[in-house]
Amino acid sequence: MLFWIALISVVVMLSAAVAVLLLENYLAATAALSVVSLALSVLFIVLQAPDVALTEAAVGAGVSSVILAITLRRVGLWKIEGEK
Amino acid sequence: MTLLSGLIFTIGLGLLLIVVIKSLIFEQVLTGGIGSIILEQAPNDVGTANIVSSVLLAYRGLDTLGELTVLFVAATAVGLVLGQPRPDAPRDPDAGFILRSAADLLFPFMIILGAYIILHGHLTPGGGFQGGAILAAAFFIPILASPSSPLNHKVSSLVEGLAGSAFILIGLLALFDKGYFLAPLLGTGEVGELFSAGSLPLLYLAVGLKVGAELAGLLARLHETEV
Repeated sequence: MLFWIALISVVVMLSAAVAVLLLENYLAATAALSVVSLALSVLFIVLQAPDVALTEAAVGAGVSSVILAITLRRVGLWKIEGEK
Repeated sequence: MTLLSGLIFTIGLGLLLIVVIKSLIFEQVLTGGIGSIILEQAPNDVGTANIVSSVLLAYRGLDTLGELTVLFVAATAVGLVLGQPRPDAPRDPDAGFILRSAADLLFPFMIILGAYIILHGHLTPGGGFQGGAILAAAFFIPILASPSSPLNHKVSSLVEGLAGSAFILIGLLALFDKGYFLAPLLGTGEVGELFSAGSLPLLYLAVGLKVGAELAGLLARLHETEV
């Protein structure tokens, strides 16, 4: 059971990390980066490190993604597809 | 050319990692060393049910002060670079109905969750940094929902400064009382009780308030100074 959870989170993490590199839309790449952090926090729970998992979820998936998204808005790269 | 140099750099980094990993001795790191000593002694020394926070605030409290300083410098740099918004700067219109109602609904629950994680930092996983990040998010969502009522930066700076000085003051008190900076004060108490572990919950409260005020101020400043 634990093995499968770890495997799924690693697969999600790796595919989201590749998606960050491949996505053309910066906003979508930021969301994918947040998914990497979320899957990593699941992996930390499997590895019995709940403190690190909480930090990863709150700071990695939450605050840093918000900071990236606001920065995108400030530098004018905030584009939602179809909106030109 | 750029691609080639990037490829060479990646291959070199990979080889370096292989060499480093091959020379590590995993069994020794896992069984011996300081970890098992801390696991054995922390409940008696400090009185925390959560060993991680005993390391963060008691054994390596100075490192936590360093982390706070790093965060403070980052927030100060953001404030310096962005500056003050002009008073006549145009503000964003209020967000849609869903975000506004969700902000009203979520705000009290996020405050409670953040306060719970901060105050139970010495008992359950979590602590000042995590709870502070949640508090910052709780104060940032209403700003997203209605940009016309911005965060009061004077209050957030005041909370941040007071919390940071409280952390250092508790450390200095310990220096005069026990002879070590940031040594645990006030005894250990019963392990697992809310009021236990001496001055550690106070330290975590200071850390949580500081991180929360700092991150909330940083996010609000990033959001409100116009493009």
